[in-house]
Amino acid sequence: MSRQLMKGNDALSEAAVRAGCRFFGGYPITPQSEIPEYLSWRMPEAGGTFIQAESELSGVNMVYGAAAAGFRAMTSSSGPGFSLLQEGISYIASAELPAVFVDVQRYGSGLGDIFQAQGDYWQATRGGGHGDYRMLVYAPASVQESVDLVSVAFDKADQYRNPTLILSDASIAQMMEPVTLPEMREHDPNADWAVRGKHGKPFKRVTSTMYYIEDFDAYIKGKYDEMAEAEQRWESVRVDDADVVLVAYGISSRICREAVEIARGRGVRLGLLRPITLWPFPAKAFAEVNPLVKAYLSVELSALPKMVEDVRLACEMKAPVETFLGGAHIPESSAIVERAVAILNAQR
Amino acid sequence: MSEKLTPKLLVEPNKFCPGCGHGIINRVLAEVLEESGLADQAVGALAVGCACLMMDTFGTDWVQAPHGRAAAVAVGVKRMRPECCVFTYQGDGDSMSIGFSETLYAAIRNENITAILVNNGIFGMTGGQMAPTSLPGQKTTTSPKGRDAATTGQPLNMIDQMKHLPIGYLARGSVASAKDINNLKKYIKTAIETQMNGGGYSMVEVLSFCPTNWKMNMEKSVAHVQDTVKAIFPVGEFVKNGERTDA
Repeated sequence: MSRQLMKGNDALSEAAVRAGCRFFGGYPITPQSEIPEYLSWRMPEAGGTFIQAESELSGVNMVYGAAAAGFRAMTSSSGPGFSLLQEGISYIASAELPAVFVDVQRYGSGLGDIFQAQGDYWQATRGGGHGDYRMLVYAPASVQESVDLVSVAFDKADQYRNPTLILSDASIAQMMEPVTLPEMREHDPNADWAVRGKHGKPFKRVTSTMYYIEDFDAYIKGKYDEMAEAEQRWESVRVDDADVVLVAYGISSRICREAVEIARGRGVRLGLLRPITLWPFPAKAFAEVNPLVKAYLSVELSALPKMVEDVRLACEMKAPVETFLGGAHIPESSAIVERAVAILNAQR
Repeated sequence: MSEKLTPKLLVEPNKFCPGCGHGIINRVLAEVLEESGLADQAVGALAVGCACLMMDTFGTDWVQAPHGRAAAVAVGVKRMRPECCVFTYQGDGDSMSIGFSETLYAAIRNENITAILVNNGIFGMTGGQMAPTSLPGQKTTTSPKGRDAATTGQPLNMIDQMKHLPIGYLARGSVASAKDINNLKKYIKTAIETQMNGGGYSMVEVLSFCPTNWKMNMEKSVAHVQDTVKAIFPVGEFVKNGERTDA
């Protein structure tokens, strides 16, 4: 398959279709609207269904129905729209159905604004709706990775019968980059749990599973423990001899990667840990870090520090953990280097 | 020697309160599905409220939606499995209050599903609070002095919301007499047939009673539907194959 130049949202949408997704129900909101726009023509072309729902509340429940029927289904949103999906996500998790969600993060709480941010970290990684569930959360840092991770997200949703989330942001979603798309895959919708009429067998109920499972608490904990152990993904850049390790995902990680290059050019031993899964947070990655590391710096595009809490837990506070926050302003790579140097100087 | 004929879809005795109209509606729906040969390909969507008790006793495949969202879930199932007979079964609080948007938009898009909306004028499961369909002056646990239409509005008439749409089928029936129940069965049968013929959205609203929360005995409950509720919510067929039939 040849490489082509594609916008992040378009490439992600095409990759979803090629992963066998045949249902999308969603609602326009910037900066994710290219996803419903693309799928409005592409889904029927691939024999699937696109519905512009009257609200996110309705869209997520159409996804619930399509997933209950056994089909690969997806919706996407951003900001306040992502908040509206949470009730449905909790139901889908509780019903143990596979489905893929995309949150193209935008800035701020309330209405916020349409530019890039990473403020939905807690909502994404802690289970943004009510009750006891988590989603596997994938954080692409490029258009190609958006394509690759959508495919993973559908497979993992099936494997665990649990919703999964692509946590993107306005930068990754709106930028154009060369991508290689995967081959088309078809998904068998006739899983034994899928509703399609009982056809002589006992009737099926897709509902909150706790009613039907003995020792539900232990069962559900075991399921999420298994994910937490088996599904950590990360990339590390020059952490084995680093004095300061940056921790950053998505668009922030690209700035940090440049910061590592600049620092190394100046003889400053900077490294980068890039979580690819945010839940489970890749705690195992910290075993690769220089045991004599002097500090961690969590670089986040949000007003409040969020991921830093996971960094502190994962490194067990064996070195000081500081934050570099972007919020409404994208940090310069040089400013991150200066901060790392200042941390080292302060320890001398 | 007589034999009691119960539809096989009613796999267990229902769990509704004594005198509840849901049991009759369940029976009618089960008969229609079996007589139409659709019991094996039916998928129901319900959400929250007394209707949920059906999930244990009514033997079709089920998906339980969040409160109010059964129509959206049914749309997701039907679009992907058009060969299935997909219906929603909801009370008036569920389908007309929190689920007003999902219910109405399924009709606006003329989705090929069948909606059974049970109007008993009250939130039953939660203990008798005011519903969108509660009548002016009706005493409920959240309108203890009687529903004040000046501040809470007039009873919501879902048929009026839908009858101008070119949908497949629209009717309102009742369970308040044997004749009404026979008519209701015809309405539900027509609604299901409309769906299976690809005729678009079909909805049957059913006037029912809730003796428990109305705090009326059976006799008074039946008389209340016949004499008072029907005056505000007329029964009959309103739309067939996209055309008004009531005007």
